[in-house]
Amino acid sequence: MSEITAEQVAHLAYLARIDLSPLEITSLTRDLGQIVDSIAKVSEVATADTPATSHPMPLTNVFRDDVVVPSLTVEQALSGAPDRAGDKFRVPAILDEE
Amino acid sequence: MPSAEMKNRAELMDFDKALELFEPVLGFEVHVELNTKTKMFCGCANEFGSGANTNTCPTCLGLPGGLPQVNKKAIESSIRLGLALGCEIAEHSRFARKNYFYPDTAKNFQTSQYDDPICHDGSITIELESGRLVTVEIERAHMEDDAGKLTHMGGATGRIQGADYSLVDYNRGGVPLVEIVTQMIEGAEHDAPEIGRTYVAAIREIAKALGVSNARMEEGNVRCDANVSLRPRGSNVLGTRTETKNVNSLRSVERAVRYEIQRQAAVLAGGGTITQETRHWHEDTGVTSAGRPKSDADDYRYFPEPDLLPMAPSREWVEELRLTLPEPPAARRKRLQAAWGFANLEFQDVVNSDLLDAVEATVAAGASAQAARKWWTGEIARLANAAGVAADSLVTPAQLAALIELVEAGTLTDRLARQVLEGVIAGEGTPAEVVDSRGLAVVSDDGALIAAIDAALLGQPDVLAKIRGGKQRAAGAVIGAVMKAMRGQADAARVRELVLERAQAIE
Repeated sequence: MSEITAEQVAHLAYLARIDLSPLEITSLTRDLGQIVDSIAKVSEVATADTPATSHPMPLTNVFRDDVVVPSLTVEQALSGAPDRAGDKFRVPAILDEE
Repeated sequence: MPSAEMKNRAELMDFDKALELFEPVLGFEVHVELNTKTKMFCGCANEFGSGANTNTCPTCLGLPGGLPQVNKKAIESSIRLGLALGCEIAEHSRFARKNYFYPDTAKNFQTSQYDDPICHDGSITIELESGRLVTVEIERAHMEDDAGKLTHMGGATGRIQGADYSLVDYNRGGVPLVEIVTQMIEGAEHDAPEIGRTYVAAIREIAKALGVSNARMEEGNVRCDANVSLRPRGSNVLGTRTETKNVNSLRSVERAVRYEIQRQAAVLAGGGTITQETRHWHEDTGVTSAGRPKSDADDYRYFPEPDLLPMAPSREWVEELRLTLPEPPAARRKRLQAAWGFANLEFQDVVNSDLLDAVEATVAAGASAQAARKWWTGEIARLANAAGVAADSLVTPAQLAALIELVEAGTLTDRLARQVLEGVIAGEGTPAEVVDSRGLAVVSDDGALIAAIDAALLGQPDVLAKIRGGKQRAAGAVIGAVMKAMRGQADAARVRELVLERAQAIE
């Protein structure tokens, strides 16, 4: 049975800044619970000598050289900004620090 | 409503008293900004001082379709830094997303490392002014990308509390950082503040010697978070710690550690408790103030970065990089001081003026160490100060070595050499060329000297009589007149010799 609670889903939604309705919380709690249960089943099959996997591709050390490539222009960079002041992005005052 | 200053003013306990009652436990997180040409995960230039938002792209702006690619040079620099800190280099390492919302991070997550940092388990030994050696254990050194720069606008104080809005420049967003995290430092005692300063200085010096960072604290290349907790004497239980951020000069590290010890001691002795929180250091007022408490805001939901593949630095590569490590700065200092035979104060003067490289290169170019030191920390430093530039930007070690050689060969007096130096700085050529073009060489032609001496002696018959009578000290007046006639371009010792000789010889 799933260990996911509605409180956990509400907390995660807050952390992710996603506004969920009570109905959505209920359905997501059920969905996430099923996912956790499914993963738990996989864990039962995995033996101790199966290493944990975060990336399915058998590749490592994919690097690029330290060479400058052209950036966006300032206008391009700011073109999607909701608000700007001069060449900077303008954002609401941040009150929860200091 | 109390002003910010009032709110920030905390009661402090006397430092010695605090140490009597409590034992401080320290920890440091030092961020070193790497000086790669490009950012950590994209090809935008890593440059300080460019126009706002000129070095950005979809990847570092967190736009849809942006795809990170790891900068190989940044990995190399991180491994070299780790090796210089005595760390193990992980055989398997990966990036992780640290999720939080803050406008300086456009992606809404920082690309960092969590459970598989690239470097771990190192240590460095630092030496305090008393000679005490302290070994600081390094828990890990991991890679991450930097945030953009926020400017808070409006409001009465110009500070964040009263700000109306903030502006963001994402040029720094995505610049590679290495975060070096220490283990708990116990047994610091009264040296706690100095340990903080000396440790950060050592990290800065190592990064600079490796050439992996510009290591300028004033430009934010090296930034320190200081963790401080206190426990009552005789207790084994760790106290609650605070993390003071924004400590960005060596002096501030020392002051912030001292301040937190005194503040926490006063709170604890008054029966209060310490809140586990982030605190902000205020350089201007020398105090820390409470930031956000550490609670669910610290729920960063780290998970492996799906857009980047894991790293597995081969042992061959690591060993190749190990061979590129320079001599450790502390060992180099010891070696150079011994080789040059400098007194502690003389040597400190060179180190504190950041002239170690300059003096070493000048000695390598053939000058004596003492002469090189005197010129660099004396006349050249004075001229550099007046001009507001770095001493080693005025002349090259080779030029100075050539100048010193001219002095030692007797071609120049110190006074003339200073004039030649000015000519060299003014771009008039090598010291020898300046001597020629300005006609500054010491007059070593005895004929010319004798003519001037004879004239001076005959012009002052009373002095001549005194010298002849055995009063050699009277010669000073004649030497002065001769030096003046030669416009200073004579060796005073030789003039004196000749004056005494001529006083007996002339009719």
